[in-house]
Amino acid sequence: MPHINFNNDFPGIRSAMAYSPETAAPMGVLAEILLRSTEGLQPAERELIGMYVSYLNDCFYCHHSHGEIACIYLGGDRALVEQVRKDYTQAPISEKLKSLLGIAAKVQQGGKFVTAEDVSNAKANGADDKDIHDTVLIAAAFCMFNRYVDGLATTTPTDMSSYPLRAQQIVDNGYGSHVYSAKQPV
Amino acid sequence: MAHIKVEEGIPGIRSLVLFRPETGKPLYDLAQVLLRGPSPLTEAERELIAAYVSHRNGCNFCMSSHAAAARCLYGEDKNIVDEVLADMFRSNVSDKMKALLHIAGKVQISGKEVKPAEISAAKALGANDREIHDTVLIASCFSMFNRYVDGLASFTPTDPAVYEEMGKRMATGYVAPTRP
Repeated sequence: MPHINFNNDFPGIRSAMAYSPETAAPMGVLAEILLRSTEGLQPAERELIGMYVSYLNDCFYCHHSHGEIACIYLGGDRALVEQVRKDYTQAPISEKLKSLLGIAAKVQQGGKFVTAEDVSNAKANGADDKDIHDTVLIAAAFCMFNRYVDGLATTTPTDMSSYPLRAQQIVDNGYGSHVYSAKQPV
Repeated sequence: MAHIKVEEGIPGIRSLVLFRPETGKPLYDLAQVLLRGPSPLTEAERELIAAYVSHRNGCNFCMSSHAAAARCLYGEDKNIVDEVLADMFRSNVSDKMKALLHIAGKVQISGKEVKPAEISAAKALGANDREIHDTVLIASCFSMFNRYVDGLASFTPTDPAVYEEMGKRMATGYVAPTRP
């Protein structure tokens, strides 16, 4: 049961956002730019970083929601999403993305864990300053989203078939207030 | 030196927002609505939660700047801020505020650390749902800001006078910096 009365039955972050639309608005804008920008990192890569950080934070709702969104961007390659989560170093992804996932994992522990060496490795693998910036901010933002979702004990759907439907809604319409103002896909 | 090429001499998050204004705008909008917008918590209390979480995350830039903003907003009661940063449970804040700061401290560790017992303790001391929501979101938000600022090794001034000035400006609200 959620820690507070949201006055709605939405799942996960949607319930908290509907409860507090004033704060949801900038959070939606931030997610849209960070996760759907096609400059530099691609949406699939951005979502994989969000999925991985949510997994490390043990946030079931965010981890599975963003895993499904990444899966759609990857043409349905769920095995790849699972491989990244289990051991990204062995996944068939670019060396650049591997080093960025390494940086994201450091950010999850704490900002100070990121070393100059981590950053120079990523640069040697082809990451530019904007890729590094966006990786750190995506990882940091999920440390917020995950805490918001679990810190208020929002409802986590247990029906796994509902996750791809909400994921498709995000892929089709992006992030924003529609996630709690439009009809839920499930 | 910062991990990415940002303008020299510009402190903390301001340098990062100038590097990427597209994400800077919603970050500042979020800080403004969460710390200055409508809430049953005072602006001083909200800045205190921000400083407390930043302190626990070891983020000196955010801790020093939000502590300065909180001192400014507490006015004559500004000692509260340093008491909380030194030892929250023995400070002179209200019991309700201690319960909310305790929840913020749990969120700083992980969202899952917030248990029903902490929530009912806060409610028994008079905290309402909105106060609990705002506390959890402020603590979550600073778990982001602190990682953003330190994860990119942005410039952290060491002169306390710099933070005192910053605090005065922050007390009036958050507007994303733009290039001159």
